[in-house]
Amino acid sequence: MRPGTEAEGTGKPLMKGANDARGADGGGALAETAGTTGTEWEYAPAPESRDVVTLAPEYGLFLNGEFVPAAGGARFATVNPATEEPLAEVAEAGAEDVDRAVAAAREAYERVWGPMPPAERAKYLYRIARVLQERSREFAVLESLDNGKPIKETRDVDVPLAAAHFFYHAGWADKLEYAGFGPSPRPVGVAGQIIPWNFPLLMAAWKLAPALAAGNTCVLKPAETTPLTALLLAQVCQEAGLPPGVVNVLTGAGETGAALVAHPGVDKVAFTGSTEVGKQIRRTLAGTGKRLTLELGGKAANVVFDDAPVEAAVEGIVNGIFFNQGHVCCAGSRLLVQESVADTVTDRLRERLGTLRLGDPLDKNTDIGAINSRQQLDKISELAAAGEAEGAERWSPPCQLPGRGYWFPPTVFTGVAQSHRIAREEIFGPVLSVLTFRTPEEAVTKANNTPYGLSAGVWTDKGSRILWLAQRLRAGVVWANTYNRFDPASPFGGYRESGFGREGGRHGLAAYLDA
Amino acid sequence: MPDRLDVRKTYKLFIGGAFPRSESGRSYPVTGPDGTLLAHVALASRKDARDAVTAARAAFGRWSGATAYNRGQVLYRVAEMLEGRLDQFTSQGVQNEGLDRADAERAVAAAIDRWVWYAGWTDKVAQVAGSANPVAGPYFNFSVPEPAGVVAVLAPAGSGLLGLVSVVAPVIATGNTAVVVASERYPLAAVTLAEVLATSDVPGGVVNVLTGRAGELAPVLAGHMDVNAIDLTGAKPPDRADLERLAAENVKRVFATGEDTDQDWAAAPGIRRLLAFLETKTVWHPVGI
Repeated sequence: MRPGTEAEGTGKPLMKGANDARGADGGGALAETAGTTGTEWEYAPAPESRDVVTLAPEYGLFLNGEFVPAAGGARFATVNPATEEPLAEVAEAGAEDVDRAVAAAREAYERVWGPMPPAERAKYLYRIARVLQERSREFAVLESLDNGKPIKETRDVDVPLAAAHFFYHAGWADKLEYAGFGPSPRPVGVAGQIIPWNFPLLMAAWKLAPALAAGNTCVLKPAETTPLTALLLAQVCQEAGLPPGVVNVLTGAGETGAALVAHPGVDKVAFTGSTEVGKQIRRTLAGTGKRLTLELGGKAANVVFDDAPVEAAVEGIVNGIFFNQGHVCCAGSRLLVQESVADTVTDRLRERLGTLRLGDPLDKNTDIGAINSRQQLDKISELAAAGEAEGAERWSPPCQLPGRGYWFPPTVFTGVAQSHRIAREEIFGPVLSVLTFRTPEEAVTKANNTPYGLSAGVWTDKGSRILWLAQRLRAGVVWANTYNRFDPASPFGGYRESGFGREGGRHGLAAYLDA
Repeated sequence: MPDRLDVRKTYKLFIGGAFPRSESGRSYPVTGPDGTLLAHVALASRKDARDAVTAARAAFGRWSGATAYNRGQVLYRVAEMLEGRLDQFTSQGVQNEGLDRADAERAVAAAIDRWVWYAGWTDKVAQVAGSANPVAGPYFNFSVPEPAGVVAVLAPAGSGLLGLVSVVAPVIATGNTAVVVASERYPLAAVTLAEVLATSDVPGGVVNVLTGRAGELAPVLAGHMDVNAIDLTGAKPPDRADLERLAAENVKRVFATGEDTDQDWAAAPGIRRLLAFLETKTVWHPVGI
């Protein structure tokens, strides 16, 4: 969870490996905070400057290439979850705005974006990727402000990956006939895309880049609590000269999204969010013939065998559940640890959690930022309370929470049974449930004992066991001896109630092609 | 008076490799186009449908875990058995569907050839649908297709063997197990196909065949929490929206082509159905020394 120092290109900072000397070299915060020397060593604040971001008091909808107020004039405030201070007022799109946006997207699809030579489409996407890279610090700071996640994550993960998604998909635009979907795959038309608040910019990129590369036009609905980076991305589209109507951004809440999904002018719906809303969208679209992809919730098992290098596994566990405050659909929220090493692993995990730094998202040393909203904080608190009530043992490191804003300490539950709510329900917060197993077969059974199937982790030194387990885990992404890695070339998406369709790679193009 | 009284067949369900009657004790008459009674066929109940799902789930581990080469050979063996029954299927096409003999035989031949075509796909689909992914980091990353699980198949109402084979073979070739609702009007070929499957090394439960009313059985399957995907090909168009709504309950994969049920099943199928019931699994591992 340390800031990325690895020259890894666009990926997240590399997890500390088994051969990493962390803990032994005193390079981390462990020695300082353990208190063994009797001296409290504290980091000096290292805040990233906010000056790179200029916030307007009000933002309009991005509709047909221009920023306009909502037809009904409605607005809502977006707040900084770390301080509860309002950041800006944002237009709330209603049914009339959805109509206008879909009409603009249709017009752009038929007159400009559809007929455009694919190589030209590609160049627009390359441009967007480049501008994202050039303005990366601005995006990173704005994302941390609006979302509450640590700057080291927005700087090293969200923003570079978003740029990479545009760069990767740009190249597909004029090569679609080689993608394996037949000799002349066609775009679907107008895509209505609804994204969550946990990776606001990155999810916008995941949605827009493949859709645009395949020749579709888009109406994007960012999450209610995190609209700002999508609006800045809209500005980037303007800056890149993207023709009006190709990308439209409608800010709003659930009602705006529902209107977009139900709009008869939308040919394809792509949704990332909760399983509950995903099912509702599926019902809405029943019988319409509209295309749909869903990327929904998860309750991933992170399986640690007795031969796993403990230091590496602990880093993987931490990265799995505390990355982005656990606001990750593929978070490794169920630790399945082999019984013989359970105490060793959980002891070391507790030690490691004692070194995590929670606080100001803009501080470059911060590991754990703010919970995105009051509503989410309440949900996490409620489920954590249920964990205690059902008999699991709750533990958090000594950790002072800031007085204002939405905060939840890293939390570990041990003695968790499969029947407990905290082992079954997606918490979407920094809460880890620890379960144990004895045999590999038991690990498989427990890992798959969930209606979800988005992701899973495996930690073992034995290659054949990795592949054995990877075959048996009913999950769309399996991270072996690593966790929470993302790449535009790597298909991402779930089995079962974690949704259907893939995002990223050649597979992700299928969602936006009529082959 | 004939020289010899023929021995007539009892047309039963096919669940978990066995041939039970409907637990409900019900049957319905199947006739030729001229109204000639051909058989009393089991009228499957909702309970039969649930039993079939249980059987399909039980068979999934072994079938999906078999090597692709093995699955290919088992399916090829089915084609061998089908060929041996060519005359029987042809006669059923004549009697049940009212085809003339030449058309009926052509359709059966096409069905057998299609089965062979799909048998050959078992050990190729992963190479066509999988990939090695060049991620920007020190990781080995690959994607493989995997079967979705238990697939409910509503077979086309207007076709006997050829339509049935066209929807069932791609589902099981990729390692899924199937609960098939046969055409209500033309169920004889489905029961005979079940007999072929029962004698061709296909493990019991991989294909389960229900005869009866799609309108009664489809909602059970669409709403069943242990069915992973559903093929709505044989659903009546007005029923499709309801079935899709039911399928939302556990986020089923729905294959709904919107095609009319009297489509030309003799046309080349392409690989759409083969890919429709596959998941993509992506595995990451660090590269290092």
